[in-house]
Amino acid sequence: MKIAKTIKLFIGGEFPRTESGRSFAVTVFNTNNVYANLCQASRKDLKNAVSAAKAALGGWGGKTAYNRSQILYRMAEMMEGKRAEFVDVLMKTLGYFNEDAQKSVDQGIESLVYFSGFADKYQQVMGSVNPVAGPHHSFTTAEPVGVVGLIYDLKFNLGDLCAQIGSVICSGNTLVALMPFEGSAVIAPLSEVLATSDLPKGVVNLLTGSRDELYKVFGSHMEIHSLKYQGQDQKISSDLQVLATGNLKRFVGNKSDSVSLEQLLQFIEYKTVWHPIGL
Amino acid sequence: MQAGTQNKKLKTSSKNVAGRGVESTSYQNRFVKGIPFKFDYEASVESTEVVKIKSQNELFIGGKFVKPQSGKYFKTLNPATENVLAEVAEANSTDVDLAVLAARKAFATWSKLSGHERGRYLFKIARIIQERAREVAILESLDNGKPIKETRDVDTPLAAAHFFYHAGWADKLEYVVPGRSVAPLGVVGQIIPWNFPLLMAAWKIAPALACGNTVVLKPAETTPLTALLLAEIIQQAELPEGVVNIVTGAGETGANLVDHPDVNKIAFTGSTDIGRRIQKAIAGTQKRLTLELGGKSAHIIFEDAAIDQAIEGVINGIYFNQGHVCCAGSRLLLEESISELFVKKLKKRMQKIRIGNPLDKNTDIGAINSAGELQKIQNLVGVGKTEGGEFFEPNLTLPSKGYFHKPCFFNGVSSAATLSRVEVFGPVLTIATFRTPEEAVLKANDTPYGLAAGLWSEKGSKIHKVASRLRAGVIWANTYNKFDPTSPFGGYYESGFGREGGRHGLLGYLEVK
Repeated sequence: MKIAKTIKLFIGGEFPRTESGRSFAVTVFNTNNVYANLCQASRKDLKNAVSAAKAALGGWGGKTAYNRSQILYRMAEMMEGKRAEFVDVLMKTLGYFNEDAQKSVDQGIESLVYFSGFADKYQQVMGSVNPVAGPHHSFTTAEPVGVVGLIYDLKFNLGDLCAQIGSVICSGNTLVALMPFEGSAVIAPLSEVLATSDLPKGVVNLLTGSRDELYKVFGSHMEIHSLKYQGQDQKISSDLQVLATGNLKRFVGNKSDSVSLEQLLQFIEYKTVWHPIGL
Repeated sequence: MQAGTQNKKLKTSSKNVAGRGVESTSYQNRFVKGIPFKFDYEASVESTEVVKIKSQNELFIGGKFVKPQSGKYFKTLNPATENVLAEVAEANSTDVDLAVLAARKAFATWSKLSGHERGRYLFKIARIIQERAREVAILESLDNGKPIKETRDVDTPLAAAHFFYHAGWADKLEYVVPGRSVAPLGVVGQIIPWNFPLLMAAWKIAPALACGNTVVLKPAETTPLTALLLAEIIQQAELPEGVVNIVTGAGETGANLVDHPDVNKIAFTGSTDIGRRIQKAIAGTQKRLTLELGGKSAHIIFEDAAIDQAIEGVINGIYFNQGHVCCAGSRLLLEESISELFVKKLKKRMQKIRIGNPLDKNTDIGAINSAGELQKIQNLVGVGKTEGGEFFEPNLTLPSKGYFHKPCFFNGVSSAATLSRVEVFGPVLTIATFRTPEEAVLKANDTPYGLAAGLWSEKGSKIHKVASRLRAGVIWANTYNKFDPTSPFGGYYESGFGREGGRHGLLGYLEVK
């Protein structure tokens, strides 16, 4: 008998079960056969994930951009190494044909490589030296916004999901993401990629569970600084915008072209520093 | 300030001559040829002759001054005398409808105009503001209460500079976002506060117009007059009608604008509470939003700072514009080793502040903008007194009429105290100490806001390290409260989102394709 992998959450670089002990079954596509029992993350799991993401901010943002770039590239390398496992999950749980599954993994890798390259470039594209009318050096740099929450609520798309992750973390943000329900089982190979890429603990935290149960917790959490709703449900979108006002979260709505500079800029703040010029 | 030959013989430090608001020290106790003498300030002109205030002011819609459909008017006061300056129309929802309609109509042609032509209008507005600068500055001081020294040297020239800077962008928008084309958003609703009335109008209107949008602007109810003067200037510049519409009124007028279905974007500067309400109000709509909100900015003085310069920086940081500044350096953090000396020097310096008639060009601190704001500040100072810390205010005489508040500070205040957390928006400073740069950063960042921060040190590497760790949108190192149209301004966290000024400021008024 083959040993089946127990699929768990990914929080603070570890693989805990949900503290709630709850699970939901993912079936093999078009059958009633259970593929795996996944954790149904609770409000407490989400809070633990945010704590881990917050704790990881300083270390991750404090790394050199070159270093972050290499770690994202490493993630792409590890994804290539786990290609067979991704393909297997995609075919079994989502009914992909082998060709589509392979293409999907290609896109995931592509997205990570793209944002790996941006980690040390967006600063120059978006930064500026400001020609102020006075004896001052004034310059503007792009900085991470902080802890980003992501609710992925579109049809599963590995390329887009990896673009969301890459675009958030390449600039030094940390992430708490709720996996798309339909592709929840992908959390297994994905979190193993994250765990083996020299990515510091807590930079990316992945949860599986119920969108309806958790989205309001994302919306009202005071230590999430920016909230991305990659989804199209009008009610959820507007609920989240209302909840975001609690701590003036930057709410970022659904965006289709995720492999782009604009995607990255959704999670950026601009800091302007002044200093006198004189003798 | 003074003749160079005299300067050599002064016993006061030459360092004191530099910087805003230090005339009061440099004029004291001079020695010329060994004979000590003292002299007082020259009488100030204080003439308001150049300003003609209409007793009744209408709304500016579709290029014309029109009576409000509401039929209602409200009064605006001179806070330094409590005298009524004028009556101003109060726009109701019908008036806001008409203004948005005029802006929508104008958008069709204005957005199609070449950038070159749009720029011409903005250049012209900038020039007229410069030409009418004296009138603008005096009116601003009258309606707001801020010292003429500031309206003359800061508000008015900066307002002109904002139009001038953005005028040049109008035909260069293809360079804003590399490799992308951009388009205007449509009709922009803009709501501005009373602390820099004309300057805020310029910050809002100039980039919006340069990008091809049209505008409905609502000035604050206590300071509507310079916005209406700007409307006159806009008429004089022959800006096509409806491109800028100005609706005066209070919160309800603003709410009508925010809720209007035909507005594409809201730009708001004001309190975090109202910002939150606006974010909530537009939730679920397609409206874009930028918010420039409150702050509780830290001002860090390291032991290796140029102390006398830092004193001037602190004075400017918190007492500029009566402390009615969203980015005011209201939390002073002193390295423990210099705290005693610094506080002593600060007290001495505060004693030299001149408070009083805003139209006197020697005045450093003018009037608090309204009775309500004064009450709010007094209440918070009252809370501060019950919560502890050493309270200090200089021995200054306040005018018998008008809304005035002495500059003051609370020394030794814990970071949990109300005054360390709540934005006072007045001339009230809190002082605490720290022992290491790490502690300074921790304390500075210990706030839900993130608008600005200041730090003083003569060590370059320390400045860069600390500046990179401070979580705020604007960092002033060895200076404070500097503003420029080329320099993006705006906050992190609960200080809002979006930037104003510079290339980054344009992003808030453009759709990137």
